[in-house]
Amino acid sequence: MAMHDMIKNFIAGVLLLVAGAVHAAGDGIAWDRFPTQKMSDRAALQDGARTFVNYCLNCHAAAFMRFNRMRDIGLSDEQIKNNLLFTTDKVGETMKISMDPKQAKEWFGGVPPDLSVIARSRAAVGKGSGADYLYTYLRTYYRDDTKPTGWNNLAYPNVGMPHVLWEWQGERRPVFEQRTEHGNPADVYTGRWETVKAGTMDPVAYDDRVANLVAFMQWMGEPVQKSRVQIGVWVLLFLAVFTVVAWFLNAAYWKNIK
Amino acid sequence: MAEFKELPAGSPVTAQVTNWFENRFPTAFAEYKKHLSEYYAPKNFNFWYFFGSLALLVLVIQIVTGIFLVMHYKPDAALAFASVEYIMRDVPGGWLIRYMHSTGASAFFIVVYLHMFRGLIYGSYRKPRELVWIFGVAIFLCLMAEAFMGYLLPWGQMSYWGAQVIINLFAAIPFVGGDLALLIRGDYVVGDATLNRFFALHVIAVPLVLIGLVVAHLLALHDVGSNNPDGVEIKAKKDASGKPLDGIPFHPYYTVHDILGVSVFLIIFSAIVFFAPEMGGYFLEFNNFIPADPLKTPAHIAPVWYFTPYYSLLRATTSVLMPFLWVGLVLIGLSLVRPSRLPAMVKTTYWGLMALLFFLFGVPAIVLGWMGIDPGMKVLAGFDAKFWGVVMMGAGVLILFFLPWLDHSPVKSIRYRPSWHKYVYGGFVVTFLVLGWLGVESVSPAKTLLAQIGTIYYFGFFLLMPWWSRLGEFKPVPERVVFQPH
Repeated sequence: MAMHDMIKNFIAGVLLLVAGAVHAAGDGIAWDRFPTQKMSDRAALQDGARTFVNYCLNCHAAAFMRFNRMRDIGLSDEQIKNNLLFTTDKVGETMKISMDPKQAKEWFGGVPPDLSVIARSRAAVGKGSGADYLYTYLRTYYRDDTKPTGWNNLAYPNVGMPHVLWEWQGERRPVFEQRTEHGNPADVYTGRWETVKAGTMDPVAYDDRVANLVAFMQWMGEPVQKSRVQIGVWVLLFLAVFTVVAWFLNAAYWKNIK
Repeated sequence: MAEFKELPAGSPVTAQVTNWFENRFPTAFAEYKKHLSEYYAPKNFNFWYFFGSLALLVLVIQIVTGIFLVMHYKPDAALAFASVEYIMRDVPGGWLIRYMHSTGASAFFIVVYLHMFRGLIYGSYRKPRELVWIFGVAIFLCLMAEAFMGYLLPWGQMSYWGAQVIINLFAAIPFVGGDLALLIRGDYVVGDATLNRFFALHVIAVPLVLIGLVVAHLLALHDVGSNNPDGVEIKAKKDASGKPLDGIPFHPYYTVHDILGVSVFLIIFSAIVFFAPEMGGYFLEFNNFIPADPLKTPAHIAPVWYFTPYYSLLRATTSVLMPFLWVGLVLIGLSLVRPSRLPAMVKTTYWGLMALLFFLFGVPAIVLGWMGIDPGMKVLAGFDAKFWGVVMMGAGVLILFFLPWLDHSPVKSIRYRPSWHKYVYGGFVVTFLVLGWLGVESVSPAKTLLAQIGTIYYFGFFLLMPWWSRLGEFKPVPERVVFQPH
């Protein structure tokens, strides 16, 4: 192969790489860390369940999630029935919705994804867990009149979903800065926000409420997670003892081999 | 056929029961002796000898958990994803079975790669164990097919698009590729038909072949006897009763030994199953928690980690690499065939074929390249661009079959080879790991270059083995195995 061909390929590759990096930067900001201690806070999980059922479970389904599984986060069937059942009257049902996918496509440009395992699917190597993503995503909506819904998002640029929790958070605008990146002018997010219109919650309360919601979605992604870890401890303890026994058994036999 | 034995009256009940069975099913007793209690294995097995029995354990784990998964799984494009979540949530213990199966898939490859590495460094593929090795490579091929088809079944985005990409590779085969891909898919895109046939192959066809090959692997091994870290044939020195002096009965010595290995393995296995079943997105890919969507191609499609070294070989094969490969192939052919003892006719045919190939593909590529015209892979190959990449990926696996005849070293074990051979093997391990890492990354020019260097090392290691494996100062091989009592 001709040398200049190789050089040409190399330069083209480098340009692609740079373009890729810029594109990746445009794919959303670095994620905030979800406060994982919420996962062991039942009140937080229950609060998250309430927010989920009231605000998410109209357009989004969680079709693999049964209502009565919420017993695992300390809710009785009676409590579930009286407070959280809007789409069915049986606690053994899964969280389905009645929105027609065809209409959904017309309204939002796409069918809102099922949220049963959304927290597991959104993790990314090097960026963070799915909960980190959701925690960032639900807190970085901003007004953008160029979008059909009037909303845009820093973690999910050009998102199809409008800001459902806007009454709580109010309207905010991220502060961008003109910077030169790779020789091109670019609007770079500074990490700061300006309040356009205050919401009904102050930012700390809003973050907490969102953290509760994300905790619920994280729990819903794998309801068995907590008992999985608990069983795992016992399994490992058993195996540790078993290994000691196996060690001595092995030694007892092998001492005869000269 | 054993004679019908009568025990004297008043014998213990256990002896009588055993005798009753032995008279009616002597084969079971004879085989037990042949393969366990009177199979003499070298007494100097080390750490590396755990992985054969562990591979068998993982096979059993996969079969048993697989049976339970099939009880609840639905091989239907509309239901598959939901049925997996149903197993994870509503089937009692379903999550455990599923995580054991998904972790087992990766564990299988880890254990098998280590098992193969053992064979590589101690020369376990050398005469008279060539068939043991060949059955083993066939098992590895089966395992790849099994894993690939199993990965489609959860019907997530990675399942779907991974299968789409890999099946399309078959389409690159000249003349028959398109029809072959169609035959594999059963449709023009991956769909319900693909899922159904992959399910059938994954749960019935391939496991049957796999078990058959494992049996052949073990029977052939027990016929020729196990190799050991010293590469000494223990059958060469026997005592008066005909037992190898350095051999010990597999049962109980290696059964208790393997129980220890199994318990340590299970600690690691359970730690993953219970505390990190996704293994950071490498055992269960995050994208696979999104149901398959034929209309949405993920930005980054990578095979599961155990395929990535071979996937790297494919991606490294660009038009830049091809002339190097042609020249390399000619040089290797020159160094191998010229001094060999093959009949003159075979040599002439070989050179004729090489010259023909070189003029058809190599010369136009180099000439056009120097003229500044990008010949692309089409001119170079005469076939579809992906073709040579697919050839390289396939060759990467198939070359293992020829290992017994590539190694010309006078000794089997790495212990008695020239010290610098260890660096050659070390380089191979590093290459394999780097290729694996590159296979999960998205491409960049620097990474492609690294993969190309790795590809050249990978094939150079094997193809030049007849040359380098003879070089250097070999150490004297002892007559008996080296063993320190515990």
